[in-house]
Amino acid sequence: MSERKTVSKWFWVWEFDKEERWLNQMAMEGWALCGVGFCTYTFEQCEPGEYTIRTEMRKSDPEYVSFMSEIGAEYIGRVVQWIYFRKKAEDGPFELFDLDAKIDHLSRIAKTLWLIGLANLLIGVVNTLNVGGFGIINLLCATLLMYGLGRIEGKKEALETERELHE
Amino acid sequence: MNNDLALTEATYYILLSLVEPRHGYGIMQQAEALSAGRVKLAAGTLYGALSSLCDKEWIRLLPVAEGSRKKEYMLTEKGMRVLQNELARLRELVTSGDVILGGLEK
Repeated sequence: MSERKTVSKWFWVWEFDKEERWLNQMAMEGWALCGVGFCTYTFEQCEPGEYTIRTEMRKSDPEYVSFMSEIGAEYIGRVVQWIYFRKKAEDGPFELFDLDAKIDHLSRIAKTLWLIGLANLLIGVVNTLNVGGFGIINLLCATLLMYGLGRIEGKKEALETERELHE
Repeated sequence: MNNDLALTEATYYILLSLVEPRHGYGIMQQAEALSAGRVKLAAGTLYGALSSLCDKEWIRLLPVAEGSRKKEYMLTEKGMRVLQNELARLRELVTSGDVILGGLEK
C-alpha cells in the first residue's frame, strides 16, 4: 500500500481558491488528496501531477456526485458544504465552472457568509445588551465574516467586469 | 425565457451534441471534437445546464438502460427549433462581419 500522510491546515472560507491551489501544488509534488476532515487533509503518494483537484461549495446532492463519477471525477469527501473531487490529469483539463458558474458560486458563498454574519450580529447585540461580555465574541465573528464577504464580493466584481465583455 | 436571447457557447454545443443520444462525458467529448479542442465544457456548468435544458424541454432524458447508471440525453423537437434559430442568428453575425470587414481585409 502506498504511503499516506495527514496535514492539518486552516483556510478561511474566502481563501477557497488558495486552498485549491495548495492541493494542486501537493499533487504536483506527488501527494494526491484522498481524504478530508475539519482542517485536515489526507494525502496518498501519486505520480507528480497525476491528478487535478477541484473543490466547491454545494448543497449535498448525490445526483451531482454520480454525474461527476460518470465523467471520470472521483469524489473525495465533504466538509460541511465543501466538496472535493480529483481527476486524472491525463484525461484532460478538469474544470468545474465557466465564467457564469464561477460568479454563481461566489454568490452562493456570499449568501452563506451573509446569513452567518447576520446571525452573529443579532446574537452579539442581544447578548451584549442582556449579559454583557459574551456578546463581544459574536460581534468579532460578525466583523470577520463581513471582512470575508468583502473579499468574496471583490472577486465576484472582477469576474462580472470580465463577463460584460466575454462569455 | 425570451427565445430571442443568444445561447451561450456551452448551451449551443450541448444542444448540437445531443442531435444523437449522449451521456454527460460523451457531450463533453463531442463538444471538444466539434470545436477542434477549443470548447471544454466545465463539469459543474454542464450538470446545471442539463437540468435547466430538461426543464425547458429542449432536451429529454432517455430511459436508463437496465444495469447501466449512465444517464443519456437527446434533443427534443423544441430544442431543434431553438438550435435552428440560433444558427440563423449566428449567420447574421457572420454576414454583418463580412459586410463591414470583408472590404477591409486585403
